[in-house]
Amino acid sequence: MKKTTMFSLLVLVIRRDLVLAMRRRADVLTTLVFFVMIVSLFPLGVGPEMAMLRKMAAGVLWVAALLSSMLSLGRLFLADYVDGTLEQMMLAPQSLSMLVLGKMTAHWMVSGLPLVLMAPVLGLQFDMSAQGLGVLIMGLLLGTPILSMLGAIGAALTLGLRGGGVLLSLLVLPLCIPVLIFGAGAVEAASSGLGIASHLSLLGALFVLALVFTPWVTAKALQISME
Amino acid sequence: MAINWFKYSAPTTFYGLAGKLIPWLAVSAVILFSIGLYIGFYVAPVDAQQGEFYRIIFIHVPASILSMFLYLVLAGYAALGLIFKTRLSAMMASAIAPTGALFAFISLWTGALWGKPMWGAWWMWDARLTSELILLFLYLGFIALHASIDDPRRADRAAALLAIVGSVNVPIIYFSVKWWNTLHQGSTIKFTGTSMHVAMQQAMFTMLAACWLYAAAVVLTRVRSIILERERNTAWVAELPEVKQ
Repeated sequence: MKKTTMFSLLVLVIRRDLVLAMRRRADVLTTLVFFVMIVSLFPLGVGPEMAMLRKMAAGVLWVAALLSSMLSLGRLFLADYVDGTLEQMMLAPQSLSMLVLGKMTAHWMVSGLPLVLMAPVLGLQFDMSAQGLGVLIMGLLLGTPILSMLGAIGAALTLGLRGGGVLLSLLVLPLCIPVLIFGAGAVEAASSGLGIASHLSLLGALFVLALVFTPWVTAKALQISME
Repeated sequence: MAINWFKYSAPTTFYGLAGKLIPWLAVSAVILFSIGLYIGFYVAPVDAQQGEFYRIIFIHVPASILSMFLYLVLAGYAALGLIFKTRLSAMMASAIAPTGALFAFISLWTGALWGKPMWGAWWMWDARLTSELILLFLYLGFIALHASIDDPRRADRAAALLAIVGSVNVPIIYFSVKWWNTLHQGSTIKFTGTSMHVAMQQAMFTMLAACWLYAAAVVLTRVRSIILERERNTAWVAELPEVKQ
């Protein structure tokens, strides 16, 4: 009985946030356009040699994904904080961690998943191989949720602060370095003929760790910010 | 006899204790710095492989050790403050952060100065260098978050949570950077197991102790200022002789 209520709560929060996001589609598109722009700026900056671009592709895509996910994090709790919904959520008898997990999931579906779907097209611009693209997608699928989850901690800590956006990136980006390393490393390992299992397993381990701890830490951070 | 272990966990009593400790710590830090630098520059022999350049390790190694150690102390105080809600712990944590960041910066700076003649480059994407740089970022994040929250209680608690998350991440970051580096290329220079000359060891450990005492003196001085600032409206601060003047 209890389990189903927790699960239905999760579904409820995700659906609510998705509906809200769909009502404000511009926000979702801005993140995506930002991602495409950053990736497209790199060849203009470093030159059009295909050999070099092919080598850089995974790193560029990952860094761009990292930056674009930072961009939308500021909005994760802000609207709910401003109109008082967040306060009601914290008063609710249900677990705050579960609510937070729902918000994280919705955030990833709105700002992480479109990047994952867009990445192969951009990878083709950099002349990535089909195998490299496949590994990139797998890495992004495992890695972008971690970015949303780690970012939620930063978003909760900087809730309602002036200059919160820049501060948020300053706090969260160092914590995301392992994700970047293993995600981009998997593609590099695949292109040099090494096994990708170790990189993806480590990403998976980070994902599980983040899944267990970050909702709870974010809930604590929200309590600190709201008291 | 019952000892009150928590006597000095109150800012009121700690303020006085810190004031008594600081001169001793500062003076012994100066003495040890002089001894350590003397041994380092005049007594320790020239290194067979690295020539005179190696002498920079007498400041580089203590600075690196302290930058890492201070982060652990900071996270420890942050955890204490968050769990037991002791005011002094949070003050200590925010007093440690600038000194830790300073040591991380000195460590990177001296590392670059050493790297230029040794490796021929100011910077290498070596695992240790990269993780030290990330450690500096973590310190800066802590300071920035604390500085941008106006309510001191919320600032303490938010920064404490960040410090704890950071300390959990430090080993993950360290190993990921290490594996990332070994996947690309082997470490260019390794400290082989050659035993150090006795004078070199003496200089290094003296400098380490000196840096340690310096850090303690500076942190206590800073925490005294923080205590005064936070408790400026209380009666005991108003009765302090240095405030009355």
